[in-house]
Amino acid sequence: MDILITGTVLGGTYALIALGLTLQYGVARIMNLANGENLVLACFCAFWLYTAASINPIIGIALIAPVAFVLNWAIYAYAMKPLVDRAKNRGQLEIDSILATFGLMFIMQGVMLLVFGGEYFSYNFLSEPVRILGENYGLNRIVALGAAVVIAVALYVFLYRTRYGTAVRAVSVSPSSASLVAIDVPRMSAFAFALGGALTAAGGALLSTFYTFNASMGVIFTMKALIIVIMGGVGDVRGAVLAALLLGLAETAVASLIDPGLTLAATYTLFILVLLFRPQGIFGRQTA
Amino acid sequence: MSSTNLLSVEAARKAFGGLVAVNDVDFTVKQSELIGLIGPNGSGKTTMMNLISGALQLTSGAIRLDGEVISGMPAHQIARRGVARTFQLVRILPSLSAVENVIAGAVFGHVRAWGDDAYREAEILLDRVGLGGRGNAPTGSMTYIDQKRLELARALASNPRLLLLDEWLAGLNPSELRIGIELIRDLREDGRTIIMVEHVMDAIRSLCDRCVVMSSGVKIADGSVHDVLSQPEVVTAYLGAEDA
Amino acid sequence: MIRMNNREQRVAAIALLLFGAAASIPLLDEGYYLSLSVNIAMYAVLCTAWTLFSGPTHYISLATAAFFGIGTYSVGLGIDTLPFPLLLLIAALASGILAGLVGIATLRLSGVYFVIFTLGLAELVRQVVTWLQVKFLGAVGLYVFTDLAEKHIFWMLLALAAVVFITGWLVNRSRLGFAMRIIGNDETVARHVGIDVARAKVILFVISGAFIGITGAILAPRFAYVEPPSAFNPVISFQVVIMALLGGTGRLWAPLLGVIPFTILFDRISASFPNHTSLLIGVTFMAIVYFLPRGVMGLFEDIRARKDKTRPVAAGVAEAAE
Repeated sequence: MDILITGTVLGGTYALIALGLTLQYGVARIMNLANGENLVLACFCAFWLYTAASINPIIGIALIAPVAFVLNWAIYAYAMKPLVDRAKNRGQLEIDSILATFGLMFIMQGVMLLVFGGEYFSYNFLSEPVRILGENYGLNRIVALGAAVVIAVALYVFLYRTRYGTAVRAVSVSPSSASLVAIDVPRMSAFAFALGGALTAAGGALLSTFYTFNASMGVIFTMKALIIVIMGGVGDVRGAVLAALLLGLAETAVASLIDPGLTLAATYTLFILVLLFRPQGIFGRQTA
Repeated sequence: MSSTNLLSVEAARKAFGGLVAVNDVDFTVKQSELIGLIGPNGSGKTTMMNLISGALQLTSGAIRLDGEVISGMPAHQIARRGVARTFQLVRILPSLSAVENVIAGAVFGHVRAWGDDAYREAEILLDRVGLGGRGNAPTGSMTYIDQKRLELARALASNPRLLLLDEWLAGLNPSELRIGIELIRDLREDGRTIIMVEHVMDAIRSLCDRCVVMSSGVKIADGSVHDVLSQPEVVTAYLGAEDA
Repeated sequence: MIRMNNREQRVAAIALLLFGAAASIPLLDEGYYLSLSVNIAMYAVLCTAWTLFSGPTHYISLATAAFFGIGTYSVGLGIDTLPFPLLLLIAALASGILAGLVGIATLRLSGVYFVIFTLGLAELVRQVVTWLQVKFLGAVGLYVFTDLAEKHIFWMLLALAAVVFITGWLVNRSRLGFAMRIIGNDETVARHVGIDVARAKVILFVISGAFIGITGAILAPRFAYVEPPSAFNPVISFQVVIMALLGGTGRLWAPLLGVIPFTILFDRISASFPNHTSLLIGVTFMAIVYFLPRGVMGLFEDIRARKDKTRPVAAGVAEAAE
């Protein structure tokens, strides 16, 4: 039971991060390996806002997310768009974007290392325990989960109930067809990329309330986000959330029941199983 | 042996989600026959070719080559069992020379040629298709008919038991067409078993022993060329109801 | 038995000369320059082995650190009981098997899955090895004490480099090499002429992985104390990718054009500005993607093509296959 709740909390945070990457990869077709760095940067910003200006991280999201949105839009417009224009096919764009975002990842990590150093940071926010079903949980984790749910639901409503959101989904299914129905694909891609970055940043701010972070942990989160996105089916929001919860639960289960040092092995085993038996993911469309 | 079926397609069905491209199609091809697979655009002919060659997998039904079930096998295994094809949009290998393009067909199939022998055989084939002496020419700048000839040579290099020609005569001018038809007639005289998907009716009439007609995924006729082309359903399928 | 045309004979002669010159380095210096040479030789082998696979398939492998670490650990575990040459063989087998498993799982799918999977592979292997060590050996980390000095390691790396190059050359001339060229042109045609595309890729990946494993094994004596974080250091994977892409992956020796300058540059930066190494890596990646998509080799070829408009590139490739 303890595993269930802790796993869900972890999964919830993963979900937010994965949703960001889903938008970036599923719609803008950019495999953003710097996603994790985005997350860590948001952690540092939330930390700074709280410790220097006493701004509650939940409120802080209202500042961090828009900044991340603008930053990611700029990244897409100046760094990614030239690759999109240059690529002759989708495979080449994927490789180019992987390499370019790799570069971005190292640059962002390098800057953060220089500015903040390699030590671990954390801060106390709502860390009082809360009793649920006989076990103690940090209030910060519960609040983070709650905020994640709110944001995820808002995203769902946007994507499935608004015109703009439907246009975004259209681009993720088929960019060429979308442009035939008068959807401005380049603009949508930039928007999706920026929104994805904002979501990841929001996830990072929430994560920082209960997780000890440092400048070099971005890669692990990127990896997990990538695995979740693929497991859930590329471009599918519900799949990403489901896969994130699965991963959170699996990791927590392995950590408690087998060994905390094998969490990555658990993640990978899940990934391998998906690749072997259902490579298009839980909700993915089979490519002919 | 020559009167048994080399290829038998049994209740073949291919569905892409809700769209059924090939719907319960049956037909057989005997050894050394030259079959025309015809029908209006969108009738499922090329899908049928793709199913036979293994480029696509059947949703249900079976395809047998000389008794052995080949449906469900990946394309490379079907190729190794002696099925070769040309493609609707010609696919040559641009960074290889012409003679290498031909050798490519022979190396991995049941022929397994390599080295000097492969080169010699390839040169003979290039001669056969009318590209003699141009083995080292850059393939990227070849004319369309020459590229088609190259693709045919590559298909022949594997000494296939079954040759699939997917609209090989499309896009040729009248004199090229004559040469193309002669080439295929030559192959037929060798005793090769061939399935041709074609729109060029002259070729069908002059070359094919038999015709299988498809329309909207269904087989609507199967018989000698003359019989099939005078059937009302076939005329309707091509021209519409008023002209039947 | 193996015939070489005139051009290949010339290349072989030049290669022999270069190897001879390189082999004499330990006789001239046993300090900083030898150490740097060992680094260059190590990356030369790693990058060439990497290009053996990633060049023709265009799949970017980040698994280098995993194979390297396995090689190092094979030596670490067996150094007290088994002779060194046998350990090299074990390293090759272990890495090869891992490569085979990873290949079978991921190479049937698109390149993106492969990259992601290999990204975390080193971390995964590290976690598993750490856990196994703690559970069964009680301690993390192994001592490697041998009589092998830096110069022996250098000569072994040179020998390995020669083997990698010869292997690459033989593969290019073989059916496998031909199959890879066809796959690189048109995978559908490749399948229809009877090529088992997935198997070809897996075989190449196994060969590549085995060589990387042997490299890790050879480097083990240099560590003296082997522990998971340094043996399975993911930075190795990234550096190999950078250097190979920087040099170019079109020819087997093209990565060297990236290995030599980058190793020296990285060495300088990590000595003078140790906190800036991430930035260096990042900037180099970006530079490669935006300005040198086919590496330095590609740049040379473009210049040559502009001077040489009448001679088609295809003919040169045809020559190389004979």
